[in-house]
Amino acid sequence: MNVRLYFLQRATAMLMVPLIIVHVVVIFYATRRGLSAAEILSRTRGSLGWATYYSLFVIAATVHAGIGVRTVSIEWGGLRPRSADAVMWGMGFALLVLGLRAVTAVVLA
Amino acid sequence: MTPEVAETVEVSLWRGREDGRYQTFTVPLRQSQTVLDIVTWVQRHADPTLSYRFACRVGVCGSCAMTVNGKPRWTCRTHVSKVVDDGKLEIGPLANLPVIKDLTADMAPFFEKWQKAEGRFVPSQTRADNLAVVSPESAERRTADAAIECINCGVCYAACDTVRWNDSYMGPAALNRAWTLVNDVRDAGNRSRLSAVASDGGCHNCHSHQSCEQLCPANLNPTASIAGLKRRTMQAYIKGELG
Repeated sequence: MNVRLYFLQRATAMLMVPLIIVHVVVIFYATRRGLSAAEILSRTRGSLGWATYYSLFVIAATVHAGIGVRTVSIEWGGLRPRSADAVMWGMGFALLVLGLRAVTAVVLA
Repeated sequence: MTPEVAETVEVSLWRGREDGRYQTFTVPLRQSQTVLDIVTWVQRHADPTLSYRFACRVGVCGSCAMTVNGKPRWTCRTHVSKVVDDGKLEIGPLANLPVIKDLTADMAPFFEKWQKAEGRFVPSQTRADNLAVVSPESAERRTADAAIECINCGVCYAACDTVRWNDSYMGPAALNRAWTLVNDVRDAGNRSRLSAVASDGGCHNCHSHQSCEQLCPANLNPTASIAGLKRRTMQAYIKGELG
């Protein structure tokens, strides 16, 4: 961990605080109102707002978790920093692809 | 006055190098006896080949730290009565450092990291200049003073989980020293020092577990010093001042 990784991880943590709150509130709203999958998709499809919101969330989570997994793999996995960097990029790439794929599935008509 | 030998304590001492083992001795208990007294008794009366390190015996030099019943302690100022557990003492070399022999840890990595954190004064003036006037009441001096009384004993380094998990981490003592210099108005080495402590093995690895603060025999708070370094390096990073 150096100052650049520390900054990126803290900055994405701060960014995710409001994103998580909105995400959880929306989940409660959708389940309390008993919205069906079709009703949810009718609201998200074609919505630039939800596309932007969840893309930002995916990018922030990717950066945050990638750096965290790098630290865990050094401290608890005994990896050298260079191997841990590979784990970080691999984890980040996987999260980014899976996350953006999910975003396109709910926002693209 | 002949001290009374009312009771004994069972003492297990580490013998050999990393692949050594504990050897048990029965040592007479005395009033106000320290852990260092116990180790000295064993060397003088039971086994003169026992190796351990000490110098001042009064908590100034920082030479005699060992692991006592699982925790790092300055043995010359640790009373047996305070740490004995069920009539037993287990004494080993400091953790997180190579073992030279018996109770003697190799402090070289500890001091190498001290240098890596640039924990050395860089003068901003020459001997031809007048003495610097530093008010003891100034905010910088108060901050430096709060962390200055380190005796380099290595207790915090041995207590630190992050040091145990990550070989490259500089550790609490080196970073605490760097923090005192960051706040020393006479020092001219901060640009380079802040870059050093913001690098891979630097202050940002600290998880603030605070074992250093809990066990520091000088009652310092290295975690707070490291938090100060995190703030200062972050400000410098955002301003683009780190090399």
